[in-house]
Amino acid sequence: MIYWDHAATTPPFDEVVDTMSEVMKKHYANPSALHRSGEAAAKLLRRAREVCAASLDVLPSELVFTSGATEGNNMAIKGSAMQYSSRGRHIITTGTEHPSVYECCKQLESLGWEVTYLPVDAAGVVDLDVLKEAVRKDTVLVSIMHVNNESGAIQPLADIGRIVKEVNSRTLFHVDGVQGFGKLPVAISEWQADLYSLSAHKFNGPRGMGVLYVKQGVQLFPLISGGSQENGLRAGTENVAGAVAMSKAMRLSQERQPELYARMMELRELLFQGIRKIPGLVLNSNELGAPHIIHFSYPGLRPEVMVHALEEMGMLISTKSACSSKLSEPSRVLLAMGKSMEVASSGIRISLGKEHQLGDAARFVEVLANACSKLRPIIEREGNRR
Amino acid sequence: MTYDMLLLRFGEFTLKGKNRNRFEKSVLNHIRNVLKPYPGAKILKEYGRLYIELNGEPPEILIHALKKVFGLVSISPVRVCPSELDPIIATAVEFVGQKELTDTTTFKVNARRVWKQFPHSSQEMNHLVGSPLLRTYPQLKVKVKKPDIELRVEIRENETYLYYEVIPGAGGYPLGTNGKAMLLLSGGIDSPVAGWSAMRRGLEIECVHFYSFPYTSQLAKEKVMELTRLLSGYTGKIKLHLVPFTDVQTSFVGIGQDNLIITFMRRAMLRIASSLAEREGALAIVTGDSLGQVASQTLPSMNVIGRATELPLLRPLVMMDKNDIINIAMDIGTFETSILPYEDCCTLFVPKSPTTNPNLNIIEKVEASLTRLPALLQAAVEGTETVIITPDSKIGTMAEKNEEFTVNEDWF
Repeated sequence: MIYWDHAATTPPFDEVVDTMSEVMKKHYANPSALHRSGEAAAKLLRRAREVCAASLDVLPSELVFTSGATEGNNMAIKGSAMQYSSRGRHIITTGTEHPSVYECCKQLESLGWEVTYLPVDAAGVVDLDVLKEAVRKDTVLVSIMHVNNESGAIQPLADIGRIVKEVNSRTLFHVDGVQGFGKLPVAISEWQADLYSLSAHKFNGPRGMGVLYVKQGVQLFPLISGGSQENGLRAGTENVAGAVAMSKAMRLSQERQPELYARMMELRELLFQGIRKIPGLVLNSNELGAPHIIHFSYPGLRPEVMVHALEEMGMLISTKSACSSKLSEPSRVLLAMGKSMEVASSGIRISLGKEHQLGDAARFVEVLANACSKLRPIIEREGNRR
Repeated sequence: MTYDMLLLRFGEFTLKGKNRNRFEKSVLNHIRNVLKPYPGAKILKEYGRLYIELNGEPPEILIHALKKVFGLVSISPVRVCPSELDPIIATAVEFVGQKELTDTTTFKVNARRVWKQFPHSSQEMNHLVGSPLLRTYPQLKVKVKKPDIELRVEIRENETYLYYEVIPGAGGYPLGTNGKAMLLLSGGIDSPVAGWSAMRRGLEIECVHFYSFPYTSQLAKEKVMELTRLLSGYTGKIKLHLVPFTDVQTSFVGIGQDNLIITFMRRAMLRIASSLAEREGALAIVTGDSLGQVASQTLPSMNVIGRATELPLLRPLVMMDKNDIINIAMDIGTFETSILPYEDCCTLFVPKSPTTNPNLNIIEKVEASLTRLPALLQAAVEGTETVIITPDSKIGTMAEKNEEFTVNEDWF
């Protein structure tokens, strides 16, 4: 079996698994405890925060450990909305955000907030002129992702940050960084981002762990109360082993990013070329996108059929994003990119990881071509029936 | 950026006639120490200046290290070329091109012909170097007063030096050239800054910390050791005296003068520090007091507390605002450690309303009635543990003697 679903979750580094189990065994004490074991655990947590901060080039005090980016995004969006509602009740986001951002905005809408969903072009990128028009005096927050989890589109964060701050310097800028970290360079200060969320399991770290960057001076209304952990922003006993293991995964991913990027670009080129040659397939990602996400459609075919067909042949792939792939509706992201209903209902995503070799890509293209030629008669039959 | 040398300039001590040699020696020693890890770097001496040949060592890292040398006023990275017109012009053009130039960048050339046999005068050289620069970088504008880039060209017999950056150094007096003092180090933001200010003025310091097991934790003590370690980055090593203060401190509890407890404690600390100073041959006590910051730092409190010692009390921060102190703490790298949340002994037994205006008469009377106090102070001095801390000291070894508490760096 070859695993092609790294945008959904990645296999952890061996070193990360070792760290996790060693720390869990040795440092089970509660870091808030006053005794020496507790102090040792607190020290580990502090060191983990320093290592993460160094990877992101921010201050340790600006990081909040979370359970992942779904929590981080909730905390960033609802936390700033509740904290700064006196500044206004307007939020800007895009139509292609991850559900953990999109649904937060929907929730706020139901509470009377106004939300502007920026349109994107065919490549999935926001229009900066439209953004400039959209930012207002009462805009509390702009939330835009780094890399789209379905299409791989990269948003021009430095331009977005500049425009947002030019129009309204008090408007906060949140970046959902989940699909970018470890694959692309991260430049929080250059983007002028005030909030930046990550999930450890997307960069070969442990599940159930994440980090939210909150720029010094920015206040969030805590969503989880009940203790003073994480500066009062997130009550609950800290996941010491998770934090330490995440810091290791972060450091390794950050160090290896340039090399991984170069290798993925080669792989992606091979896959792009292969997919373009197979009749019936429509490529939805392009060369300007992130190196690890390749998205295409086979119009007329229910994507689950393709998943099962490839699984038979030893390839694990995905439809849409994992968080919404159990629903059989057209992809909101693809529709927002202006794709037809047919294309948007038949999306297939493969995503790359550190283990993939050039031979794997060649093998995949072969298997895919095979599967397509087997499935073609079915599509034509269904097409005729319609 | 590529450079060949660093030019170091010294401060006010170069004016001090007789002591000059001693000062120079001290600063040279300090620089040698700082440069030890970089064997390629070679020191060249000259009147009022030092040059460091890089020989391939990384300039940014050396500059960062040299910023910790007291007495050093500024550092300029230098390019070297042969003392002939064409190479000088070519080097100048390439050197200025390394800097980001915009439409508003202004510059001037400031040439100095030290070697009088060179065929062009300083004035001529300003033009001879300036015009090709203007031709190559049309966005540049000449400005004589306060330009963004002042390119200095020093023409010497063997080679010519070019530089335009002037990076501020730590300033002050060379290490330990003004005697020795004891620094009261609490673990807060202020006292490390006070220690740094004192060291910058040429004082050698030994740190004194009061701890109160079991009322304060091992981590509070380690925090102070870490602060000392950070300060030792400026001097190479620092002595830290750890004074067991529990018995002295608890002797003030229950005498019915709760609002005066802090005053008693601070006076006891000064007495202990004075004994240690005498033992170590120090001539002053340095504190992080800042006027009015807390109850024990009001003028009446300072008056009553200060009378407990006959040594001069040096308070480098006394007239500074908290924000300025915090900025220095961030610059010298002690802030992040200072704000770690461990209680020090001063925050224990703090009364609800400590006095801001203690009465010297009452204080002295109460102290006289505490017959055990002199013996307790003596015991504290005798029980003091002294450790020598260097930038490479491993802090936290005490807690980690136990295998189960080891923080394994390989985990991160």
